[in-house]
Amino acid sequence: MNKLIQLKNLTKNFDDQQVLRGINLDIYENEFLTLLGPSGCGKTTTLRIIAGFEEPSGGEVLFDGIEISKLPPYKREVNTVFQKYALFPHLNVAENIAFGLNLKKVEKSVIDQKVGKMLKMVGLEGFEKRDVTLLSGGQQQRVAIARALVNEPKVLLLDEPLGALDAKIRKQMQIELKKIQQEVGITFIYVTHDQEEALSMSDTVVVMNNGEIQQIGSPTDIYNEPENRFVAGFIGESNIIEGIMIHDYLVEFDGFQFECVDKGFEDNEEIEVVLRPEDLDIVEPQDAKITGVVKNITFKGVHYEILVETENRIYKVQTTDYAEAGREVGLKFGPEDIHVMYRMGAY
Amino acid sequence: MKKNSKFANLYLVIIFLLMYLPIGVVIVFSFNEAKLPVRFTGFSLKWYQELMGDSAMLQALVNSLILGAASCLVSAVIGTFGAVGLSRLHLKSKGILEYISILPLMIPEIILGMVLMAFFYMLNLPFGMLTLLIGHTVFCVPYILMEVKARLVGMDPSLEEAARDLGASSMRAFFDITLPLIMPAVVSGSLLAFAMSMDDVVISIFINGPKLSTLPIKVYTQIKTGVTPEINALCTIMLAFTVIMLLLYSLIRSIRRKKNR
Repeated sequence: MNKLIQLKNLTKNFDDQQVLRGINLDIYENEFLTLLGPSGCGKTTTLRIIAGFEEPSGGEVLFDGIEISKLPPYKREVNTVFQKYALFPHLNVAENIAFGLNLKKVEKSVIDQKVGKMLKMVGLEGFEKRDVTLLSGGQQQRVAIARALVNEPKVLLLDEPLGALDAKIRKQMQIELKKIQQEVGITFIYVTHDQEEALSMSDTVVVMNNGEIQQIGSPTDIYNEPENRFVAGFIGESNIIEGIMIHDYLVEFDGFQFECVDKGFEDNEEIEVVLRPEDLDIVEPQDAKITGVVKNITFKGVHYEILVETENRIYKVQTTDYAEAGREVGLKFGPEDIHVMYRMGAY
Repeated sequence: MKKNSKFANLYLVIIFLLMYLPIGVVIVFSFNEAKLPVRFTGFSLKWYQELMGDSAMLQALVNSLILGAASCLVSAVIGTFGAVGLSRLHLKSKGILEYISILPLMIPEIILGMVLMAFFYMLNLPFGMLTLLIGHTVFCVPYILMEVKARLVGMDPSLEEAARDLGASSMRAFFDITLPLIMPAVVSGSLLAFAMSMDDVVISIFINGPKLSTLPIKVYTQIKTGVTPEINALCTIMLAFTVIMLLLYSLIRSIRRKKNR
């Protein structure tokens, strides 16, 4: 696969505030890449720099190997789907979609045909003459996607496009967006703060915080092998425990040594361990090294969420087994459930 | 509850009496035969005929219409670009700039008139239509500026970004997207400005020069020589004109809204 966009040491300052602190990222052809992070982490600014709405304070943006950071938006082969759709309220559905083609002086019959094709793809056949302000949120979103894709961009940028939709439509749109991306076969760069959305749609997830990239990887990598405490805490729920890597495949925390599958750390390096709540099992005390007392149990539908208070900390456990409060239990997990990561500064 | 609505009704009656009774009287007496507005002696179109024959009055009307249209057009352009420009500024001094832009509305008219007169005199500009046009533009711009500014505040800034993203230059994005969306504000601001220009006496009287007279000045100076019911006729015509304009405006808006559905 070819590198389509390369961000090299990208920085951005607004007044005195540093919003991006050196972003390095390669984006490939036909990739569904998600920029994931809490609000204010710089994900939207990164997207706006790629779109051309902001100029970086430093660093380079390469598109197909050519530096484009000074190029105005209308000369770039990217199109954007905005957070609040930004449909033109004085134009109808077809006129909105045809806006870009009209500017390029495309022939009327070709425009009509392309608009029809787009409407069919987003499932809005026959909506040509509708007033965009009277459409539902989901329908407006589809028009916005059609309006961007009809220009046949090489990259589609999506800035939290599903943020304003209710949960049920959001799920449905996630599936459709992924389908559309595979159908048109172009790169999607997707910005969201919703980790579930990021994990279910993306080929690559880029976790950002505080203007820096924390980790780049596939959804399974990001979930199973978080590189640091921030990623582990942001993606899913987790128990994060400080420990020491005795040597490869052996880690010590909470006063016990455990076998694990991680290697490549220094001997006796101070590290942190992630234990996902769903990977922990409640067993009899004598069957486990770490033991504690059930502090609280909450029914969550599919599973129970149990808080177990041990000597050193409170563990969160998600299990289908029931254990009443006050009972003494053991916590069991296998070597593959232990995820070792580098220790980082305090948060 | 009942007591309250009684008071509300009373309030309404008083307001309507205060506002519309004088207007009604003027309309009725414009069709009166007698010269003195004391008793209605019989229906007549005499004063309308006299008005049509009064060339000085008609010339003043034409002057006012030309002046109103011209100053409203010039200030529509200045006010619109001013508001758009201001909305894009991200300076700390932005507030002061906005305040300065609408200052002409807050300065007492008599001072503004005197200042303008002194200024034009200094520049050696001949007093007449040009000085009137400049003077009226000064106090018409803020009306349009304020209307357009309010409209821009409610507009999603990503609309223009979307247009640029889809291939429009900044210029095209403004004319294709922003301008059509702020047009209602431009029109309503202009109507207001036109109305203000049409009835301004205080500022105009300082800068109109010896030969040129606008309608309000003409009416005002007539008080010295005695008001004839001709003025009633004139007021009635202007009232009718205003009402027709307003009806047209709302008609156009409702038609456009229906077309969009």
